[in-house]
Amino acid sequence: MEAFLIEVDGAAIGRRRNTTCGPWGRMWIRHVPVEEVLYLVSGGQEYAWDTNEEYLFKAMVAFSMRKVPNRETTEISHVLLCNVTQRVSFWFVVTDPSRNHTLPAVEVQSAIRMNRNRINNAFFLNDQTLEFLRIPSTLAPPTDPSVPIWIIIFGVIFCIVLVATMLLILSGIQQHRRKHKGPSEMEDTEDKCENVITIENGIPCDPLDMKGGHINDAFVTEDERLTPL
Amino acid sequence: MEKTRPLWATPLQFVFACISYAVGLGNVWRFPYLCQMYGGGSFLVPYIIMLVVEGMPLLYLELAVGQRMRQGSIGAWRTVSPYLSGVGVASVVVSFFLCTYYNVINAWAFWYLFHSFQDPLPWSVCPLNGNRTGYVEECEKASSTQYFWYRKTLNISPSIQESGAVQWEPALCLVLAWLVVYLCILRGTESTGKMEQLANPKAWINAATQIFFSLGLGFGSLIAFASYNEPSNNCQKHAIIVSIINSSTSIFASIVTFSIYGFKATFNYESCLNKVILLLTNSFDLEDGFLTANNLEQVKDYLASAYPSKYSEVFPQIKNCSLESELETAVQGTGLAFIVYTEAIKNMKVSQLWSVLYFFMLLLLGIGSMLGNTAAILTPLTDSKVISSYLPKEAISGLVCLANCAIGMLFTMKAGSYWFDIFNDYAATLSLLLIVLVETVAVCYLYGLSRFESDLKAMTGHALNWYWKAMWGGVSPLLIISLFIFYLSDYIITGTLQYQAWDAAQGQLVTKDYPPHALAVIGLLVASSIMCIPLVALGTLITRRLRRGDPDPAPVA
Repeated sequence: MEAFLIEVDGAAIGRRRNTTCGPWGRMWIRHVPVEEVLYLVSGGQEYAWDTNEEYLFKAMVAFSMRKVPNRETTEISHVLLCNVTQRVSFWFVVTDPSRNHTLPAVEVQSAIRMNRNRINNAFFLNDQTLEFLRIPSTLAPPTDPSVPIWIIIFGVIFCIVLVATMLLILSGIQQHRRKHKGPSEMEDTEDKCENVITIENGIPCDPLDMKGGHINDAFVTEDERLTPL
Repeated sequence: MEKTRPLWATPLQFVFACISYAVGLGNVWRFPYLCQMYGGGSFLVPYIIMLVVEGMPLLYLELAVGQRMRQGSIGAWRTVSPYLSGVGVASVVVSFFLCTYYNVINAWAFWYLFHSFQDPLPWSVCPLNGNRTGYVEECEKASSTQYFWYRKTLNISPSIQESGAVQWEPALCLVLAWLVVYLCILRGTESTGKMEQLANPKAWINAATQIFFSLGLGFGSLIAFASYNEPSNNCQKHAIIVSIINSSTSIFASIVTFSIYGFKATFNYESCLNKVILLLTNSFDLEDGFLTANNLEQVKDYLASAYPSKYSEVFPQIKNCSLESELETAVQGTGLAFIVYTEAIKNMKVSQLWSVLYFFMLLLLGIGSMLGNTAAILTPLTDSKVISSYLPKEAISGLVCLANCAIGMLFTMKAGSYWFDIFNDYAATLSLLLIVLVETVAVCYLYGLSRFESDLKAMTGHALNWYWKAMWGGVSPLLIISLFIFYLSDYIITGTLQYQAWDAAQGQLVTKDYPPHALAVIGLLVASSIMCIPLVALGTLITRRLRRGDPDPAPVA
């Protein structure tokens, strides 16, 4: 029997009668081995890789092919597995109903790509733990919220800082105004005192409230006149 | 009646303001780099010697000058000698340059801080390419942290000539950074308190330089802070405290930085090994778990002998993983802060928390230093009778912040990071050495060391220790002169200056020459501050001559 070489990029060049496994359709499963028993570990689920699992795999591949137009008659028996190794990697091919040719690599690849998610889920694996050689997986894009998160946080901090700045500026302006009003208020009360002096026969009126401190009027003599500032 | 100068509420506030100014980003990203380059622990020897011989005396000198003259840098030096107010002007000019570019770092820190509230951290994964079959090419070639820094944050252009437009995202962050700084300085400076191969001469030179710039000498900030002190304040004690705390922070920061290096190196080494193991396991259909880090070398030899042709196919893809080469990556500056640290953080558990804490710390350091920088500009401006009679303090601060923010937009352009490096490397280095040299010589020989000594004694009540006199008079000026000569000759010998540009196609930095207009800007930066000293002296000389030569001025109509 001739050696059977299928190019990955090109179509299958099947000329022989007996179809055998080709090296292109190759998958392997990463697992944690325990002695000779092959276990598949994924997401906490453990199960041994045996012929039943192989049957399931064939069923999934046949299912994927049946979704392709013109290939609805693919049966499980058309999927061939071979070269199963210890780390659970094997080759497989899909033949046409007449069992004479294998299907083109491109067809099988695209069919598996379409149903990759379901194949993964059947074995509780994901794209990282179940690898199909030369079938690149479509990577899931990270979720992009409509408004980037950083703008929201930026907006919050910006508003807080802006409000604080405005408050400080306003309180500064108020302080200025109070300072300018203060000395003029002093002058008003002193003018009033002048009037009082003329009214109240010469006893000087000192703006005690303004100056602070206490002066005992009993000790004020004629000579001591409190001069207003 | 003369308006009394505002004072610090307590001496502790003054100390905290000085510490927060001196302890800045340089402690985190420059000192550990120097330690690593110049022999690790042994770098501490020249560092501590330079601290004692150069750092502390000059720090004490600046604080004493500020406290004695009770004015900002321009007024203080005008009091020492009218011909020397140029020194103050030069300090203000250098501080202005520093303010302009330093706050951009805070803008970047804000950017990273806001992006830390996502899962996963945006710099831990590469974005997908157009048809979602793989990652973006630039990210694959470089790493996800480098991609996030160079493409998402800076959106850097391939060279300094291609300026590009202002990027609105970092521009927004810059506006926020300036708003925060304005908020802090609004009420005046007095409110800011409220919150390395021993034989290698380069090691000694770098130790001297690091001490010099780490303490922030020559910018006028220390003079500004000290001018708000009570005259009787014991600034000698404070000078020693501030310099010791600054250096301890540097040493502590390098301990942290080295452990981060170790973590990152170990992590990268292990993932490199895992990649090689996976590659070999897949290529030769080995049993999973058969290849481990321990037997990797033997298995590789066995495979090379058993399957020579297949091994030679796979061989080019096998990377040589080495812990030593990972540890040897010594980075400083923005590369350390925003690439190496983020790479280490993304691999930690609860990385969002560490990321937020880390960038918050960077922001605190940066804004603390910014307050000192702005004080250096604002204090001379508010001291000047001309300006403060027209505008209130808040308006002056606002105008300064606005002007700096507008100029800082230059650094948010696509080529902004290259201009940032220019400012960072050249705006302050040579000019500061000259400014501090002139300051020391002025106080010791123009004003008179004995006169200054008696002033200090009258102010604080303590006599001046002979140690300070010896340092101010002789050792420190000589040190600064030698540093100055070294740097000047280094610039001249190296010839044309070069910079590192990011090549998006290769995913790594390449060295390029500065174009002529960038060289012109560098020259202008250095000259504009240095020239102030002789120009103002000349100006004062001329005005005095004119006044003397014209005794009867024409009466004003």
